Amino acid sequence: MQVELRGIHKYFGPNHANDNISLDIPSGTIQGILGENGAGKSTLMKILSGFMQADGGEILLDGKPVIIKSPADAIKHGVGMLHQDPLDFPPMRLLDNFLLGLPGGFFPNRKEAIQDFNLLIREFGFSLDPESYVDSLTVGERQQLEIIRLLFLGARVLILDEPTTGISAAQKEKLFATLKKFPEQAITVIFVSHKLEDVEKLCDQVAVLRQGKLVGEAKSPFSTKNLVEMMFGKEIILGARQTEGQEGSVLTLSDMGIEDVRLKIRGANLKVCRGEVIGLAGLEGSGQGPFLRACAGLLRTVAGRIQVNGQDLTGKSYHIFKKNGVEFLPAARLEEALVPGLTLTEHFVLAEKQNGVFIDHEKGRNMADERIKSFNIKGLPSSQVESLSGGNQQRALLSLLRDPLALVLIEHPTRGLDIESVIYIWRKLKERCRKGAAIIFISSDLEEILQYSDRVLVFFSGKVSQPLDAATITIEQLGQLIGGKNWPEQEA
Amino acid sequence: MTKNSRLINLGFQLAALVLAILFTTLILLAVGAPPLEAYKNIISGSVGSFKKFTDVLVSWVPLLLTSTGLLITFSAGLWNIGVEGQITLGAIATTWMLRLLQDSGLPPALIIVLSILGGMVGGALWASLTGVLKTFGGVNEIFGGLGLNFVATAFTLWLIFGPWKRPGVGSMSGTEPFDEALWLPMFPELRLSPWALVIALAAIVIVYLMLQGTYFGLRLKAVGKNFKAAYLLGIPTWQYMMISFMLCGALAGAAGAIQVTAVYHRLIPSISSGYGYLGLLVAMLVNYQAIWAVPVALFFAGLNIGSIQLPIVLKLDSSLSGVLQGMLVLFVLMVEGARQQFMRRS
Repeated sequence: MQVELRGIHKYFGPNHANDNISLDIPSGTIQGILGENGAGKSTLMKILSGFMQADGGEILLDGKPVIIKSPADAIKHGVGMLHQDPLDFPPMRLLDNFLLGLPGGFFPNRKEAIQDFNLLIREFGFSLDPESYVDSLTVGERQQLEIIRLLFLGARVLILDEPTTGISAAQKEKLFATLKKFPEQAITVIFVSHKLEDVEKLCDQVAVLRQGKLVGEAKSPFSTKNLVEMMFGKEIILGARQTEGQEGSVLTLSDMGIEDVRLKIRGANLKVCRGEVIGLAGLEGSGQGPFLRACAGLLRTVAGRIQVNGQDLTGKSYHIFKKNGVEFLPAARLEEALVPGLTLTEHFVLAEKQNGVFIDHEKGRNMADERIKSFNIKGLPSSQVESLSGGNQQRALLSLLRDPLALVLIEHPTRGLDIESVIYIWRKLKERCRKGAAIIFISSDLEEILQYSDRVLVFFSGKVSQPLDAATITIEQLGQLIGGKNWPEQEA
Repeated sequence: MTKNSRLINLGFQLAALVLAILFTTLILLAVGAPPLEAYKNIISGSVGSFKKFTDVLVSWVPLLLTSTGLLITFSAGLWNIGVEGQITLGAIATTWMLRLLQDSGLPPALIIVLSILGGMVGGALWASLTGVLKTFGGVNEIFGGLGLNFVATAFTLWLIFGPWKRPGVGSMSGTEPFDEALWLPMFPELRLSPWALVIALAAIVIVYLMLQGTYFGLRLKAVGKNFKAAYLLGIPTWQYMMISFMLCGALAGAAGAIQVTAVYHRLIPSISSGYGYLGLLVAMLVNYQAIWAVPVALFFAGLNIGSIQLPIVLKLDSSLSGVLQGMLVLFVLMVEGARQQFMRRS
């Protein structure tokens, strides 16, 4: 089936998630959609599969304009989407999952369904037992179940969202082999990914999105350099870098191991000096999040040791880390870092050392006045934090940091902030560095990583790179590592 | 807050009250009862005479104590539905202390004080069970508390018909009444004890000050409003939750203790009299503003006492006060939602 998107627009408030995207996918093509997190890939696919409606533009299937109102509507038109987390019902049997969403009477014909099911799995060489339960399957097998279900429902366009995350190499081979058979049957595949390698191996053509816009298209064979440039933008002019690194180590990780549902990190080693800034790069979900939380004691490590200022804090709680001068600032400011409903003054009082039983409100207000001034927060001492803008919330969060500190761990310090706030926040952070605090931060903005870090760690599906010198590495090298290319073999 | 928005707020609150009364009126009409007559009876039954008003105060004391306790758990973001059982356990612990000490020869005043303190400890320990279930067992406090309420009721019945039964045969009328020397002193000719009033008022003042002006209160609010952020700010979150459960349990236990020492002078099967659930309504209505618990609890107690004579005069069930109280809470919550939307739009 041929898919045409014409001038698709989608807004989320002031955010232009899809900006005039037009794309032509001939029938029987494997089309790759590349882009960073937040580039607008998922939004575009959700529009095509009926999860949301576009604010402008039109969709044509086999040349006919269609209006897709819901996922059920989409499948009626022949568009099916395989989500990153398969939308199935783990406590039910495979067959029941298969029957769900099937149009038809009140009593499904199970016998017929089993026959259809077995026919399909034979065709693709899957081995699935219709009577077993979904929760006994691996993620790869659940994808297979979803694929045959969508095909059985009549999908002629199959959208796959990051399908290679969380499945084994062998399952990936099988998935790719299956997908490569589809063009013969005129089934169109849309493969959404941020993994360069997968896209290069599988796709006939690829479209690259950045900040909501379609920035380029390419046909197989691809030039990696070209793709990286399109994904991350090529012209980045960095300001003068300055380093505040000093003698003496604040944090030492030796052979640290972390496990979470999706990935494992093994043998992470790092020594961070006073005043140093370490940037953690990688696409979201590559392991940098758990890594940062482990450095704060918020996530229990499974191996290795963590030392802060020479003290072994392995396995201790965040509050012990905090006593030793470690602070963690999460990205979700209103969800995890600030208390909606409390005022700025109340936040300052909470962050300070307790002084007696009763709060000195007068002193609290004075402290708030002073901090609001020195951090240039646009708000009153009596403003509740949720009424502040994002940039001012982040400033408030920074103004809560105690003094002195050994180590500040920050998730996305400037995400969603205006440029003035970005510059201001980094000036404040660098001031901390001059006083001897080290900073480790996560950012998906490569420019920010290269501009402000002294050294960079790159994460890719749980693998951690050696610390790279930010002064010498180029944005292209970084982009390739982030996309999973050029990793030394022994680290795999 | 500007003067204008305050007026708007007041308008919305009044609208809730009017809606609740209108809805209750509809129900009265539906069952064929004269609404005006019913309201008149409730008013004359609660403030019609000085004696009646003191009866309202008798009911106000345990309700205010319970609501005060619930303000603490509400601040910590907890739905302490188990408060009903905490009242009951407070009453049981008080009865147990009284039985233990009544023949000890200690001065009666001391015995009463010890018994009330015992009731508070009993309530606190019972509340800590809910806390432990939540913190270490992952059982939501609503389910844990509700379950423990049933256990508390069963425990009361077992005591009344088992080990503590009246000489001869146990009955639903409760255990053997205590000697008058062990009653909390009353105003002459009335059922009201000045000491009970003092305890309730002291409790609300202390809790008000605690929530308004102390580090403890502020941290508790932080835990209630954003658990994760509170932890990152360095507050030991589960310990604070546990303490708030126990403080609430202690105040509920005090309510139970007063039911035993000042009202019934014995343990009866329904010793908690639903003050726990009613206290939840009061706490929801005052929405963290502790001082408002005083008039709201008084209003609810008035409705309770006033509706007692409905069955006699109008052959209506006295649960009408419950209908009105429930409606009031529902409409206040609904109107609050409407107000927030209104404010956002304007």
